[in-house]
Parts: sequence; structure tokens; C-alpha cells
Amino acid sequence: MNSSVATTHHGPASGLSRWLYTTNHKDIGTLYLWFSFVMFLTGGCMALLIRAELFQPGLQLIQPEFFNQMTTMHGLIMVFGAVMPAFVGLANWMIPMMVGAPDMALPRMNNWSFWILPFAFSMMLSTLFMEGGAPNFGWTFYAPLSTTYAPPSVTFFIFAVHMMGISSIMGAINIIATILNLRAPGMNMMKLPLFVWTWLITAFLLIAVMPVLAGVVTMMLMDIHFGTSFFNAAGGGDPVLFQHVFWFFGHPEVYIMILPAFGIVSEIIPTFARKKLFGYPSMVYATASIAFLSFIVWAHHMFTVGMPLVGEVFFMFATMLIAVPTGVKVFNWVATMFRGSLTFETPMLFALAFVVLFTIGGFSGLMLAIAPADFQYHDTYFVVAHFHYVLVPGAVFAIMAGAYYWLPKWCGNYYSETMGKVHFWCSFIGVNITFFPMHFIGLAGMPRRIPDYALQFADFNAVATVGAFIFGFSQLIFLYNVLHCIRKGRKASDEVWEGSHGLEWTLPSPAPYHSFSEAPQIK
Amino acid sequence: MEKLLLGVSGLFLFSGRAHADWTVNLTKGVTEISREIYDLHMVIFWICVVIGFIVFGVMLWSVVYHRKSRGAKAHNFHESLVVEIAWTVVPFIILIAMAVPATATLIKMYDNTEADLDIQVTGYQWKWRYQYLAEDIDFFSSLSTPREQINNTQEKSTDYLLEVDNPLVIPVGKKVRFLLTANDVIHSWWVPEFAVKKDAIPGFINEAWVIVDKPGVYRGQCAELCGKDHGFMPIVVEVKSQEDYEQWLAEFKKADALKSQAAEKSWNLADLMATGEQVYSKACLACHQANGEGVPSIFPALKNSAVALGDEALHIDVVLNGVSGTAMQAFKDQLSAVELAAVITYERNAWGNKTGDIVTPAQIAELKK
Ligand code: HEC
Ligand SMILES: [Cu+2]
Ligand SMILES: [Cu+2]
Repeated sequence: MNSSVATTHHGPASGLSRWLYTTNHKDIGTLYLWFSFVMFLTGGCMALLIRAELFQPGLQLIQPEFFNQMTTMHGLIMVFGAVMPAFVGLANWMIPMMVGAPDMALPRMNNWSFWILPFAFSMMLSTLFMEGGAPNFGWTFYAPLSTTYAPPSVTFFIFAVHMMGISSIMGAINIIATILNLRAPGMNMMKLPLFVWTWLITAFLLIAVMPVLAGVVTMMLMDIHFGTSFFNAAGGGDPVLFQHVFWFFGHPEVYIMILPAFGIVSEIIPTFARKKLFGYPSMVYATASIAFLSFIVWAHHMFTVGMPLVGEVFFMFATMLIAVPTGVKVFNWVATMFRGSLTFETPMLFALAFVVLFTIGGFSGLMLAIAPADFQYHDTYFVVAHFHYVLVPGAVFAIMAGAYYWLPKWCGNYYSETMGKVHFWCSFIGVNITFFPMHFIGLAGMPRRIPDYALQFADFNAVATVGAFIFGFSQLIFLYNVLHCIRKGRKASDEVWEGSHGLEWTLPSPAPYHSFSEAPQIK
Repeated sequence: MEKLLLGVSGLFLFSGRAHADWTVNLTKGVTEISREIYDLHMVIFWICVVIGFIVFGVMLWSVVYHRKSRGAKAHNFHESLVVEIAWTVVPFIILIAMAVPATATLIKMYDNTEADLDIQVTGYQWKWRYQYLAEDIDFFSSLSTPREQINNTQEKSTDYLLEVDNPLVIPVGKKVRFLLTANDVIHSWWVPEFAVKKDAIPGFINEAWVIVDKPGVYRGQCAELCGKDHGFMPIVVEVKSQEDYEQWLAEFKKADALKSQAAEKSWNLADLMATGEQVYSKACLACHQANGEGVPSIFPALKNSAVALGDEALHIDVVLNGVSGTAMQAFKDQLSAVELAAVITYERNAWGNKTGDIVTPAQIAELKK
């Protein structure tokens, strides 16, 4: 995004070194965003390969061994390579501008937290070419499948996870430091834009759980290479322990991927409803409650491992409870729209689709929380439908919405609204064709992570595959639109949107290389 | 857009009711628990539908009537404590109302008291082992769909991927308790019609039970990713009336006795090779591959392998007792003496491994004792 740079007294270096050595929050944000888009396409290709194999019963394109590698890599890449870096990219770009700061609080660390990622993911992807193949035990890598029975490449996977974890933790520290220390005078906590609030809370979640992930992969490493038996029953270890530790990280991780999305949507809806966000304080409290609850629900992923009855009941109640603050958020968004003056530019379309489709994902989540019913849903396509609803039209749509919303501020030009709308409708239709039928095949009894299936699941699988290709290829429209916007879009005004609100819109478009050299005053 | 969604969820409801055999919905199943779970599922589903209608309805209303192009002016309200409290408390109450029956069902499911029949279910990569604890019955159950169907060179049968060589057989109307564990990685034993899904975990014994009220054949699959052939380890349960069940027991024991007699007759190389090939494709091919070349770094080749060409005793030991801490399982209890002798002989003479050795069933029978 070269054109996003207005050369001030000291602008960016030129050439490759600008990107390698940069400590500028906008450059680093841009790097994160492009990185995540590349990962999104990579993980997307894997998803399409999976869907293509599942188009019909029987094995056509790939063998089970490779199929498992694809499901594993798809999950890992989308979670750690696409969604998380995209949010960090948005945070880098927007948080300093939103709180009235010149840059992130720890710019050099910022550079490092980004540049670790390409190495981590090169290492991860290189496993595909190793003897024995890439990790094939699912993105949840349950032991002992991922330890005693894993391919040799698991060691590289462990180191890649360590590197991603370090990157995330450093990113989170930076965000917290920026928000707590660099706010403009008068910007007190209860005036922070919601995107900043949700990220602040997300950053604390990251710091709390990434070390747990690091711990669990280290225990795996010890089991594999140093003769320990944390997860090996034959040596007196406990395979279920793995799941407890993993999901203690894993469930908050789910909220790490959705809270910033809540923040983005809470910025966009008021802009295009031309009305203040309804219930700002309750939005903040709801986010905090969700974050707190996210630590005490992990075992809802493990209802079938044979927990004692009290455990089941506790985790069922706690999980159902999360529906309350989540509901509050949805109700507040709807109340913001109610009696507003709505227009439907691309960011708003994505935000509205987010509200509806995320809520559908929330509904299936509520169903999954009912422990006895979960005995039927668990590990079926119903779960696959559920988490893809919250992650694709949830997190990914919110990222798209945010990208369209802020793109004119970043590069000083509008994207093409027509192309944006085409992209939206193709994605919207594609996503639903892909994932809605998965509810049906899941309820009808199709387990997840299988390369081939019984005949009664054939029709819906074929439909889902068609949807996946529609969704996948429509992302190229997005790519084209962004490139077009950077190079020759229509000049954007400083406010960009009629109903825009917040400090970032007081800066010129494109935003200058250093955001606020002098702190703005907040009334 | 909301219209579309409502349409889609409407379709969900409609198809759920009108074409019950189109299977877009959960099965009601054939046990008391499975029906209760089905009811819970439907109740929570309808709660979601109602909330969805209200929320999406208001949204749709705003999208249609409060759009700027219609001249809508933004109103300036953005706070209301009463409303916030209301939409916190009401969902909370609904959830409690839902949690009560769910907990009741859960308590019933956890009633693992005395059963009429105990069966130990052990997950292996990629087959199930069933041991009837009170009877002397112990057998393995694995996929019987031919490879040709999976590779699309043969037409697929109706029960494609949901058929096994030896189904589990249980009596109708009796409380059958399953004790689940695993030999290698975690598996999960799932029969949707019983609403039983329980993980089979190495080193643990999990419990689950059923009382099935209708004789019939019920099919399920392993639900936990357990490696390469996770998609190919189905479960078939035949539920029989008490008389039929007892008859099956008797026949099973008779067949078992015949098998051990077979070990006593003398076998020549050709016969062993023929049987061995069958056993190999059933029990070993998934890992060591049809051509005996294995999968690099994961499953070793048997073609030209030091073990298959070297000392017979070592080869026999590997196959009978497995290699602990690897995917190579112990086949001692999985295969009969004849099958073991045949498959070992086969490995020592197939794919150009021309040792000419014969491992006899009698030799193995001796070791199995
Ligand atoms: C689930 C996968 C799997 C199945 C099924 C399997 N094996 Fe193996 N087998 C292995 C693995 C893994 C090893 C390597 C063990 C080790 O690390 O020493 C192995 C090793 C062996 C070896 C020693 C090879 C050598 O050169 O070290 C023999 C012989 C063997 N298997 C025979 C059999 C026979 C006979 C069967 C069928 C009755 C069978 N295997 C079924 C996974 C399997
Ligand atoms: Cu969770
Ligand atoms: Cu499995």
C-alpha cells in the first residue's frame, strides 16, 4: 500500500528495507494484513481441496493420509495465520489513530512480532514436503495421535507454534501498552472506541492463554523426544490431560478470534445507521464478562471424554451462561440500527451479515452447550457448521467489513462500491451454501474429519462443495478491488463516511505516516 | 437477506418434518435416552427459532423502514438501563428453564448401575474389538466394504462404509453396558440411534449403556480422529430378540471351536499364501500397503525388510506382540493361529521376499497358549 504514505518531515525508507526495518505502526499493520491475506488464500486452497474430495462419495483426488494433513493445515493456517494476524494488522493500523497516539508504544518489538510470523509459517508449510508428510492429527492435535503416533514433522510443528505464540504475546503486550499509556488527554477509558476496548480485552486473553499453548506443545515435545509420559497412558500419563490443557487455551482462543470482530462491527453499524452505538457501557461489560466466562467453559469441548456428572453439569451451565452477554451484544447492535438512518455501503453489508450469521452460529453454539444433546452433535458436521458460522461469516466477514471501512483512510481512495457489493453478495451466498447444509449432514450423522462418507450424505456434500468454490473464488474480487483502490480509486475525503465518528477520521486521507505528532484534545 | 435466511431456516423445519427419511434432522433413535435427547434438541431449536424471528425481525424492520433512502432521520436515543436489564434477565430465565430438563437427562445417562450384559469395547487403529465379559466371546469388527468400491471401480452398495465383517450383537430390552477403552489412540464409539457417543481412550475405561427397544440393525462410526483410516471404522450393532441372541451365542462358540481345529491340520505353502493374502489385505494393508512398501517414515516397508527376510522368530514376535509405543499392534488376539501363520508366511514370500519359509499354524497355536 505504497500510496498510503504522505511524505512528511521524515517519511518511510525506500525499497525492501522499508518493510524489513520498519517500526511504523501503519507499515507493520499493512504487512500483517497482506500476510494474513496470503495465508487466507493458502488455507482456502486447502479447504477447496478438501471440499473437492468430498464432492462425491469414494476417494477421487487425494488419499486419506493427505486428506488429514489438509484438514490439519487448513485449520492451523486459518486460525493462526489468517484470522489472528488480520486482527493484529487492524489493531496496528487503527489503535494508535483511534486513541490519538503517534504510533504503537513499543515500535521495535512491533517489527519483531510481525517478522517472526513468515518464518513460523514457512516452517509449518515446509512440513508438507517432509518425509512422512505434514501434521495429520487435526488442528486440535490430540495426544497420543500427535505424540506417539505422529509423523516426524510434528517437531517442526511444535516450533512453529512456539514462534506464533511469541509473536502473539509480543503483539498483545504492545497493544496493552499503547492503549493504557498513549491515549490522548481527555480520552478516558469509557470514551475508548469499542474496537479498542475489545482489543484490550483480547490482548489480556492472549497473554493469559498463549503460554498455556506453549506449555502443552512443550509437554508434547518432551513426550516425543525426551522420554516423558505426560500424555502417554502406557507410561502412567493421561491423554485427557492434554485435552484439558489444550482447551484451556482453546476456548479463550475462540474469543480471541471473535472479540475484535465485535469491536469492528460496533464501529461500523453506528456509522451507517448515523446513530450512536446503543448501550456503550453494557457493550464494554458484556465483552469483559464474555472474556471472563471464556476461562471456565473449556470442557464443553470434552463432554464425551467421560467426565464426572458434576463436571458435565458445571460446564454445561457455564457455557449456556455465555449466551447472555453475547445476546446483549446482538440486541445492542439491533437497537443501534432501530430508528437510525441506514445506508448499505459494503462495510455495512458485511457488518449486517455478520450480525445475522454470527447469531446463527451462536444459536448452534447454544444447542451444543446442552450437554446431553452434545453427545449427538459432538465431532459431527454440526460442529463444523457451528464454528464455521462463527468464524467465516463471523470473524472473516468482520475483517472484510473493517478492511472496506478503513481502506479509504489507509490509502486515500475509495474502493469500487459496485465491486464491493458483488464481492459481498457472492461471499454471502457462497458461505451459506457451503455451511448451512453442514447442519443437516451433521444431524444426520456424518462425523467430521473423514475423507469419504456413506451415501446418504452425498447430496448435501455436493451442495456444500459448490458453495465453497463460489465463496473461495469470490475472494479474488476482493483482492482486485483492494489493488484497484490503492492504484486508482476515487479520492476519499477526510471523514470518508457521512456518519463517521472518532479520531481516526479527523486525520487526512490517506493518513499521514505518523498519526498524531501532537496529541489531540478530547472534549 | 434476512428473508433468505428465514427461508432457509424455514426449509430446515419443513424438511425436518415432511421428509423424515431425508435425514436433515437428528434421529429420534430407539432408546428412551435418545428420544429425550431428541426432545431437548427440538426444544432448544425452537427457542432459537423464536429468538431468531424476533431479533432478525426487528433488524429487517429497521433495514426496510429506517433506511436513509426512504427519508428516515436518525433518532437520538442510545441508552436505556431498563431495556438492558430486560434483555439480560429474560434470556437468563429461558436458559435456566432449559438447563433443568437437560440436567435431568444427563443424570439418567450417568446411571451406570448394574447391567444385564457387560461388553468391553476397545478401539484399535482402525477396527473395534468386542469382548463379552460374562461369555467367552471376543472378536474384532472391521470395515467390510471392498476397496474397489472406495476407489470407485465398483458400484457402491447401500451400506457403503457402514458395513462390517462381524457386527456387535446384543439382546433387545436388556440393559447393556459398554466399557470403552482404546489400544492406541483415542477413538469414539458412536451409534446415533442409541444416542451413545463415548470416547475410547487408552488407559481409561469409560462407561455407557443402552436399553434398545426395537430389534434391528443400527449403524454408526468412529467419531474421534484416530489417524489415516478414521473414516473407515464403522460400527454395526445387531439387536436381536432374546432367543435369536442366544442362538447367535451358540453358533458363535461353535464356529470358534472349528477355527482352533483348523490349526491342527497340515498346511502347504500355496494354501498359506492364499489365506495369507486375504488376511493381509484385511488386517495389514491399511498400513503396510498392498505392495508391501509401506508409507515412508510412518509405516515401514515389509518388502525387503530385515524382519521379513531375517529371523523367523523375530518376525513372529513382532506380529504377535506388536511393537509397543508404535502403531504396530499385537495381533495375537486379533487373528486365529491359522490366520497368523498364513499372514506371516505370506509376508515372507510375497513381493519378491523369497525366503521359502513356512510358518505353520501349529507353531503359532503353541505360542498363543
Ligand atoms: C495401524 C498400522 C499397522 C497395521 C494395521 C499393521 N502394522 Fe505392522 N507395523 C506398523 C508400524 C508403525 C511398524 C513399525 C514399528 C516399529 O517402529 O518398529 C510396523 C512393523 C511391522 C513389522 C516389522 C517391520 C520391520 O522391518 O521392522 C512387521 C513384520 C509387521 N509390521 C507386520 C504386520 C502384519 C503382519 C500386519 C497385519 C496382521 C501388520 N503389520 C499390521 C504399523 C502397522
Ligand atoms: Cu469452547
Ligand atoms: Cu476414528
